Amino acid sequence: MSARRAAWLFLTPALLVLGVFFLIPVLGALVLSFTDYDLYALADLHNLRFVALGNYWALLHRPAFWAALGHTFYFVAVGVPLSLAASLGAALLLHSRLARCKAFFRTALFAPVVTTAVAMAVVWRYLFNTKYGWANHLLGVLGIHPVDWLGDPHWAMPTIILFAVWKNFGYNMIILLAGLQAIPVELYEAARIDGASAWRQFRHVSLPLLGPTLLMVAILTVSGYFQLFAEPYVMTEGGPLQSTTSVLYLMYEDGFQWWNLGIASAEAVVLFLVMFAVTAAMLRLSSREPAGGAA
Amino acid sequence: MNPRLTKALVNGLLLGGALVALFPLAWMLAVSFMPPGTSNALPPPLWPANPTLDNYRQLFGHAGMWRYLLNSLLISGAITLLSLACNLLAGYAFAKLRFAGRERLFRMLLGLLVIPAQVAMLPLFLMFKYTGLVDSYAGVVLPGMATVLGIFLVRQYARGLPDELLEAARIDGASELRIFVCVVLPLLRPVVATLAILTFLTAWNDFMWPLIELTGQGHYTLPLGLASLAREHTEGTEQMMAGSVLTVLPVLVLFLAMQRHYLDGLLLGSVKG
Repeated sequence: MSARRAAWLFLTPALLVLGVFFLIPVLGALVLSFTDYDLYALADLHNLRFVALGNYWALLHRPAFWAALGHTFYFVAVGVPLSLAASLGAALLLHSRLARCKAFFRTALFAPVVTTAVAMAVVWRYLFNTKYGWANHLLGVLGIHPVDWLGDPHWAMPTIILFAVWKNFGYNMIILLAGLQAIPVELYEAARIDGASAWRQFRHVSLPLLGPTLLMVAILTVSGYFQLFAEPYVMTEGGPLQSTTSVLYLMYEDGFQWWNLGIASAEAVVLFLVMFAVTAAMLRLSSREPAGGAA
Repeated sequence: MNPRLTKALVNGLLLGGALVALFPLAWMLAVSFMPPGTSNALPPPLWPANPTLDNYRQLFGHAGMWRYLLNSLLISGAITLLSLACNLLAGYAFAKLRFAGRERLFRMLLGLLVIPAQVAMLPLFLMFKYTGLVDSYAGVVLPGMATVLGIFLVRQYARGLPDELLEAARIDGASELRIFVCVVLPLLRPVVATLAILTFLTAWNDFMWPLIELTGQGHYTLPLGLASLAREHTEGTEQMMAGSVLTVLPVLVLFLAMQRHYLDGLLLGSVKG
């Protein structure tokens, strides 16, 4: 058996799986989004009609879709910076020479990442219970009125953001910590000899050298946060008043509750295009930044 | 700033962070041992005054949790084993075997990473509906049998294997499959462990695709069972916490036992190659 034939033999199972269960369905989603696939088509394929860009046109005129897109952007725009700040802060603390019991703290701060989102969403629903939850109890101790965390349309999304940050910050923390550890110690020593304060060392040594890692982590987090689904599904069921309905939540409802698979596919395609555009924009913007990029 | 004060500040912040990270987990565990109804009190209790196993007994008694636990184990185990086989073979081929178009094909695979998995879910559901795979174990396992990230991880690691070793085996007349099994696989052990635990944890925690694919409770995984209980609002807090413990504990223990391998995978997977 030649190496070339062996190579293709070795590749076949994986390529077959990825082709049949991912690539073809992705292309299928595009095709599906140009049709009016609904319950009638599901019953009998003869009812299927080609509607060209009809679904996309319909989405443009659908307030519920714009609202879902807005909620998703809100979650990304507030959640990602908070999440990155928490990750960077934790990584810097763990990297500090002064920190004790580093292994323990690293594990403790990382633990939420490996937990099951659904189970922890259930737990947080009780922690943020209006009457008996710990969140309001602690506020009460401070003399602040209770908040209807998951029942008030203004508070539901911020609560879900808090949960997401708690659940996810450890992931980026580990990657940023590895980035910090890769920075040569001599650079800090040189900075110290030049009399640079801790803040200036961070600003002029850590941050620029961490730049590429931060960018990568930011892009991964953005694309992860655009896929908001399990949290609103368990914690709020998209409510109250649809305030936590994300694009994927809407896609799930349209697709698997109302069986409008055509419209739902169009929503999935739009979400992908939005994610792609945002990621590309982030890459463009960062390459235009003057200093620090090349580490 | 005073160095001792800085030190206290750094460690104090770390301690605070660890408390915030662990509190929901600790509280979940504590409440799961409280007698039904006792957690709804003011101030919210932190500790079970009269610890009981009733919630767990109830859970296993009537909520079908055994079934969900078994399904979760079965599905996550199958995905782990099958995807290991596919990803190891493909990753090694991309790293060490020469064939026309290798780099181009690999770049195309990496390109797939920008497409969110959810885009494929609606057509995949239809595909499975017409082939009768909706609400089956196979329907959950099949799409998870190979991942671009897994192939990437194996390739990164396998590129470090010495070519001389493979050449020597070829000169000795060993077939490519034999070389893979007897020479390469033992050397890939660290990445096998890493990938196995990464895959198992991801499969165990997965939610959206199983939710779509598994339409009947008979095949539900733990996250699905728990989510449906949570949305029905029929169970008490204490029993829901017991259910959450049951869902989270296996992966948490696995992570604690295999921490190094898991974190290695995180770092490998996040470095551009």
